[in-house]
Amino acid sequence: MSSTATGSDLKSLETELLAGIAAAGDLPAIEQVRVGVLGKKGRIAELMQTLGKLPPEERKTFGQTVNELKGRVTDALEARKAVLEEAALAQRLANERTDVTLPVRLGPVAEGRIHPVSQVYDECIEIFADLGFSVAEGPDIESDDLNFTKLNIPAEHPARQEHDTFYFQPKEDGSRLLLRTHTSPVQIRTMLGQKPPIRIVAPGRVYRCDSDQTHTPMFHQIEGLVIDETTHMGHLKWVLEEFCKAFFEVDEVKMRFRASHFPFTEPSMEVDVGAEAIGKPGQWLEILGCGMVHPNVIRNCGLDPEKYQGFAFGVGLDRLTMLKYGIPDLRAFFSGDLRWLRHYGFSVLDVPTLSGGISG
Amino acid sequence: MKFTLSWLKDHLDTNASLTELEAKLSAIGLEVEGIDDPAEKLGAFKVARIVDARRHPDADKLQIVMVEIDKGAPPVEVVCGAPNARTGLVGVFAPLGTYIPGSDITLVKKPVRGVVSNGMMCSAAELELSDESAGIIELPEDMAARVGEAYIDAAGLNDPVIDVSLTPNRPDCTGVRGIARDLAAAGLGTLKPEPTLGAVEGDFDCPVDVKLEFSADTADACPAFAARYVRGVKNGPSPEWMQQRLRAVGLRPINALVDVTNYISQDRGRPLHVYDADKLNGAIVARLGKAGEKFLGLDGKEYAVDDTMCVIADANGPLGFGGIMGGEDSGSTEATVNVLIESAYFDPGRTAATGRKTGLVTDARYRFERGVDPASVLPGLDLATDMILKLTGGKPSKHRMAGTPPVEQRVIAFDYARVAKLSGIDVSDAEITRILEALGCTIAQGGKGKPAQVTVPTWRPDIHGAADLVEEVVRIAGLDRVPSTPLPRPESIAKPVLTERQKRARRARRALAARGLTEAITWSFLPEDDAKLFGGGDAALHLANPISVEMSVMRPGLLPGLISALGRNQNRGVHDVALFELGQAYRGDAEGDQYLSASGVRSGTAKAAGGGRNWDGAAKAVDVFDAKSDVFALLASLNVDPTKAQVTRDAPDWYHPGRSGTLRLGPKTVLAHFGELHPATLKALDVDGPVAAFEVFIDALPAQKAKGRTKPRLEMNDLQAVRRDFAFVLDKDVAAGDVVRAAVGADKALIQDVSVFDVFEGGALEKEGKKSIGIEVVLQPTSETLTDKDIEAVSQKITAAVKKATGGEIRS
Repeated sequence: MSSTATGSDLKSLETELLAGIAAAGDLPAIEQVRVGVLGKKGRIAELMQTLGKLPPEERKTFGQTVNELKGRVTDALEARKAVLEEAALAQRLANERTDVTLPVRLGPVAEGRIHPVSQVYDECIEIFADLGFSVAEGPDIESDDLNFTKLNIPAEHPARQEHDTFYFQPKEDGSRLLLRTHTSPVQIRTMLGQKPPIRIVAPGRVYRCDSDQTHTPMFHQIEGLVIDETTHMGHLKWVLEEFCKAFFEVDEVKMRFRASHFPFTEPSMEVDVGAEAIGKPGQWLEILGCGMVHPNVIRNCGLDPEKYQGFAFGVGLDRLTMLKYGIPDLRAFFSGDLRWLRHYGFSVLDVPTLSGGISG
Repeated sequence: MKFTLSWLKDHLDTNASLTELEAKLSAIGLEVEGIDDPAEKLGAFKVARIVDARRHPDADKLQIVMVEIDKGAPPVEVVCGAPNARTGLVGVFAPLGTYIPGSDITLVKKPVRGVVSNGMMCSAAELELSDESAGIIELPEDMAARVGEAYIDAAGLNDPVIDVSLTPNRPDCTGVRGIARDLAAAGLGTLKPEPTLGAVEGDFDCPVDVKLEFSADTADACPAFAARYVRGVKNGPSPEWMQQRLRAVGLRPINALVDVTNYISQDRGRPLHVYDADKLNGAIVARLGKAGEKFLGLDGKEYAVDDTMCVIADANGPLGFGGIMGGEDSGSTEATVNVLIESAYFDPGRTAATGRKTGLVTDARYRFERGVDPASVLPGLDLATDMILKLTGGKPSKHRMAGTPPVEQRVIAFDYARVAKLSGIDVSDAEITRILEALGCTIAQGGKGKPAQVTVPTWRPDIHGAADLVEEVVRIAGLDRVPSTPLPRPESIAKPVLTERQKRARRARRALAARGLTEAITWSFLPEDDAKLFGGGDAALHLANPISVEMSVMRPGLLPGLISALGRNQNRGVHDVALFELGQAYRGDAEGDQYLSASGVRSGTAKAAGGGRNWDGAAKAVDVFDAKSDVFALLASLNVDPTKAQVTRDAPDWYHPGRSGTLRLGPKTVLAHFGELHPATLKALDVDGPVAAFEVFIDALPAQKAKGRTKPRLEMNDLQAVRRDFAFVLDKDVAAGDVVRAAVGADKALIQDVSVFDVFEGGALEKEGKKSIGIEVVLQPTSETLTDKDIEAVSQKITAAVKKATGGEIRS
């Protein structure tokens, strides 16, 4: 090339450069072309160096022409680069293929389980809390006084024998502790500790020395107690009906009272629920014992039975669990068998709420 | 308590069906356990007569008999294998299609060795009437007149047996008459009047004296003892109707004298006893036993006596336990000629205690421990005398009575309004009066505004106050009348009711389950060895009467139960097990010794992130850090910052000494233990390791600070945080926690976070007993960007602090 380029020189240079750009086959090649054209020592820079040698009146025109050339070449470079980038991405994506049918882990939230009894415990508390019942607790190791005597069960009463009590060794003073046979001592603790009105439920473990297909030496009860000046059996019936409807998640529940006897209630009743609630029409299920708190029990707790009255009920949590969720064998509840727990257990996220459904 | 329908009808005039009776009994508190209706089981069997018998042509032991099964109808052909089958025999025939309970088959028409049998002549065993199976039933010849009738009707067996489960407060219903009275009150018929007795009071003195020998404080053991002598009885089997009733309710007929006492016990709830008077030596004495005394019971077993037990004795010593069981030696037999009838009152409490001590469960105990009607002492004696005279003849003496029956006339002031107040049922005054009177109460109306005075019948020791009378009224009036009444509730949205502790327990459960652990509930009691392994087994926590040695001691913690459960899963071939329990354990027997723990175990590769082999890389075995991670995550979920607590190396003995820790706040408050279990613990419990375990003590966690609902304002800073890495060379025993704590403390204002990113213990360092720990320190300026100089200064402080605390040098 001569020291100064003519118009036709520039034209052929442009043709050559554009051909080079078009021929670049991949991103490194186009980069190489870019450096060769637009770099510090590239073809455009070379042209600009000749600018100083031109007479001043030509410089302006020449400079303008070269700049226009540079613009067109740069556009061509960008366009080519975009095409090549797209091709390169397509190539990369084509290579980045994985077997998406491979299994994944569900993670700990999906793995963990809540025991069905804990779940039902939460369900019951959610329901009773709405009726204004708070939750009271008491120890498993109880005194004879709180488990029996204050509940109007005298020492040699046959009812005491029916309880199949676990005892500890006698103390030096002859007294002996026992494992509570029911959650009813919590009634006593509550009445000794606070003035009416009282509305509590008391869930917890209870113990009887009895073991067969339908009895385990440890099981769970939930006790209810209402003490005020006006609560009567009609209220008891309503509470139990409402509880059963909410718990079994049905609109109607058939319920019948049968007269019975518990030393700590008078009158005493056993309650049967129509098995429609669990999808077995035509049968009755015995679910709980209840009654009006015996005046002696109220008196034993330092309250005046002429003034205060109310009801108590006790229901087996394990039995409720079995009925509601169709679990056949009570003994499996306490076996820690992972197969059983995974099958009958509940997800962490199944939190019982009244708004979302009591079963979570 | 069992009785038959016909027996009930001796006392109750009723047309009620069996179904109506069943429903009413259960509704009023006499729960029907079962009804055995012979018509259901044996209704198809008929009286039939063999009119001809000949040998089966193809079988030596079989006969072909022609049986008349309906009067005047042509006989049917039946194949019979019984040796006693013969012409003229009147027996019991089962037509084709009949279910034979004793052999559990239904008769179908099929040939027996070529001859078609049109039914079967039955043995007693086939009808489950007795074990007799050698031959077919032979009825008395006069039954020939009743051929074609249902067998149970002809034999008087068509009498359903009703079994009622009595609650312990109803001694009156241990007699059929008491049950009839309840049913009559409930509107299912009328109670028949008491039968009139013949002359039972004789004209000669009872030749056997009766005495009570108690101290003043034990006199209530037997406050009344009555007896009558009957001379010249002719004992033998009791009449068939009596035997049938006794058998129907499960009693074995013995002889007329004994059967009368059993019959009255069942009929009236009034136990009695009869002695062969000629076997007695001197006076009959009711007294407490003496150590060393014994006697042979009616059941053929020898019983030792102690000084808490009430015995009946003669000059030779105890004859039996009062109110529980008589003795063999003084009992009546078929040969008895002179009899002494006893009717007494024994204290319920003492009877129950003696019954429990001796393990004797008898019909007499069943009644006396519930409280026999004290007013029945003499009427019971008279009734027995009357029946004995009718069945065995003889001459009665005058009766003797020692002591006085403790008959108490309980009068209860009863405001009828109490019924509605307690039950919510509207029962009219007239109905209340009717019900109470039907149950045997006598009522004096109190007049305007005054309560009625209700006298309780002597057979109801369970009725003491107004509430008891309300129960009587409502159970008879019908509990179906209780009106469902909404419990008043606050006119607002329900308020939260759970305590902090209850909320924490609930949250802890879900937090642990969210880490992939599965909740188990294990027994509160354990084998003693397991309790000891975990620091328990105190004598005070041993059950006196455990159900088995496997469940004999209260658990000191939750781990032994969880580890045993883990082992059982391992034995089923499941090795990756992650279990937790939230529950109570016991440090002692005092109320405060029960504590709430959240504990868990992981075995195999059961890590929170998932266990087992996976194409993405197999999970590693669980270790101490899985347990630590569970503890920290649990505390964090309970709003306790675990990084504020100290980790010390003093976990209890059941943990691996080198791979375990204790999390504590100060020297006394232990929040948790965690670690791998000691190999010896695993071996003792026969479980495969490694097992990572933790115990969190919920009650020890610091109470959540009361704070407002609003969250503190978030201070955000636009200045960039600076991160710097430091690597220290330290003695091998230096705890990383100490390094971190020293670094954090070097400049509390500037240092926002310190984390450990590397621990290296190999190579040349190991030989020198050293290791290297790399920490990343995040510096967060608050007012202006840090200069190199600032950074250098804080770096110096960090290096110096770590060196001072641990002796560690910056790794060059």
